[in-house]
Amino acid sequence: MGKIFKFQQDVDTDQIIASQYIIFPTIDEMKEHTFESLDPDFASQVQPGDYVVASENFGCGSSREQAPSVLKALGVKAVVAKSFARIFYRNAINIGLPVIVCKDLHDSVNAGDEMELSMQEGVVRVNGKEYECTKLPEYMQGILDQGGLIASLDKE
Amino acid sequence: MGMTIAEKIIAAAAGVESVKPGDIHTVELDRLMSNDGTTHLTIDMYNKLRKPRIADVSKLVWIMDHNVPCDSVKTAASHKKMRDFAKEHGIQFYEGAGVCHQVMMENHVTSGELIFGADSHTCAYGAVGAFGTGVGCTDYLYAMVTGKSWLLVPETLKFNLTGKLNDGVYARDLILSIIGMIGANGANYMAMEFGGEGLRTLNMSDRICICNLCVEAGAKTALMEVDEITLDYLKAHGREPKHNFKSDADAAFAKVYDIDLSTIKPIVAKPHFVDSVVDAKECVGTHIDEAFLGSCNNGRIEDLRVGARIIKGKKVHPLVRFLVVPASAEVYRQALAEGIIDTFMEAGAIVMNPNCSVCWGSCQGVIGENEVLISTGTRNFKGRAGHKDSFVYLASAATVTASAIKGEIATADRI
Repeated sequence: MGKIFKFQQDVDTDQIIASQYIIFPTIDEMKEHTFESLDPDFASQVQPGDYVVASENFGCGSSREQAPSVLKALGVKAVVAKSFARIFYRNAINIGLPVIVCKDLHDSVNAGDEMELSMQEGVVRVNGKEYECTKLPEYMQGILDQGGLIASLDKE
Repeated sequence: MGMTIAEKIIAAAAGVESVKPGDIHTVELDRLMSNDGTTHLTIDMYNKLRKPRIADVSKLVWIMDHNVPCDSVKTAASHKKMRDFAKEHGIQFYEGAGVCHQVMMENHVTSGELIFGADSHTCAYGAVGAFGTGVGCTDYLYAMVTGKSWLLVPETLKFNLTGKLNDGVYARDLILSIIGMIGANGANYMAMEFGGEGLRTLNMSDRICICNLCVEAGAKTALMEVDEITLDYLKAHGREPKHNFKSDADAAFAKVYDIDLSTIKPIVAKPHFVDSVVDAKECVGTHIDEAFLGSCNNGRIEDLRVGARIIKGKKVHPLVRFLVVPASAEVYRQALAEGIIDTFMEAGAIVMNPNCSVCWGSCQGVIGENEVLISTGTRNFKGRAGHKDSFVYLASAATVTASAIKGEIATADRI
């Protein structure tokens, strides 16, 4: 079980990690600034295993992979949204951060609710209720299962 | 079934006869662009690989443009890492040449190529009919090591352009209108293709401006039909097309839009979303603290000429900072030769070196709490240009320059 941190629609990558931090030498130096403009307490309060739940078009804007990377570095287990912007979605899968499309979840849950995710079953459970998620295409699930795109380079 | 331009480029890069939307293909990439926004992280990942290697170093172009010149000790460390790696591996490297997409257009991109750029506005390359798409550093690294990547074939939205933009209306107004019409995720996962007689009235600068901003509608790429204007541009820059693809008559489009260019008006995108567009007249009188003319979207010589024509003989409002940033060194030198830089400086503008500058809100012209910027940059997200409680309006070079003179949002016809 993890706690839900809830965000609205069109959360852009500048909100996830602002420009002035992305050129910092490492992800570890950036991560304390995650969601700084939307929720200044996020980085200090989020615990490994927690979830980000959002509405439509999560991660729109820049191609900065730092956006999914800081979420992963803080221990966010998955981002569950009504929809994702393309580059964020692809980057998240490439680095092994689960991104789950679930149309009904956002409107039914509150920040702080406890949530459980089963990738195999394709469902999330919150407050005793089950929500069905869209399954990833097989190819992308394969990248996620092996721990991201780079893992395949080390196998070759 | 026929294919769209995007489908034809992917089919060629995948070495297959035909593709259709939803297919995933392994593709051979023609070019790989990366800038100082993420390259330091790519290098860290590269160095951790069990067998670090580069498939074809001639495909790589690295461009320092986001924080140029370097603004802090932390940036200096990231820059040094990028500079040293490029030198060690013989990677084509630019520093001080300008914003990456403008440098790519001036020196590298050609029709029919498939290009990954570690920057979302890589879709600009569609102006010459190249499939450019923005990727993160993991995708970039994979492509750098293997020369290949995986690509999901996108559906295509077709924009048939007719007529001609009226005087005082610009490509910037057109693409903001389109984004307003389809929304910030209206083209998510899709390609946006532009064609029709109206396209012939738009020069290469206009075309780059339009394709560049398509990612703000979520597009995977933008593509324009190749015509005489494209071929002339390529020839003037010493290049030949790789392919000259057109969509087949029976190609399937997810949706077709007909747009009469003569109906487009000056537009402003209000804070904090690019699709939050209104007729510029509705914003007239809005207080501003800063104005920015530059970026990969609107920092070309044509944009500077528009601004210079409006400001010549006038002054920047005393309470406004007006930053003018040519998109490349080539543009800067052309502007110097035409006396345009002198015109801006005479008017009291601050002219900066070519770089991403105010558009990316990190090293130049950062705005403070509650301040308001009007900008030809690419985005107006909350905090994009500085403080989280600041405001960015997006508009054409003409509207931005007129506003700098007036000290509030103004249209050029009222100056």
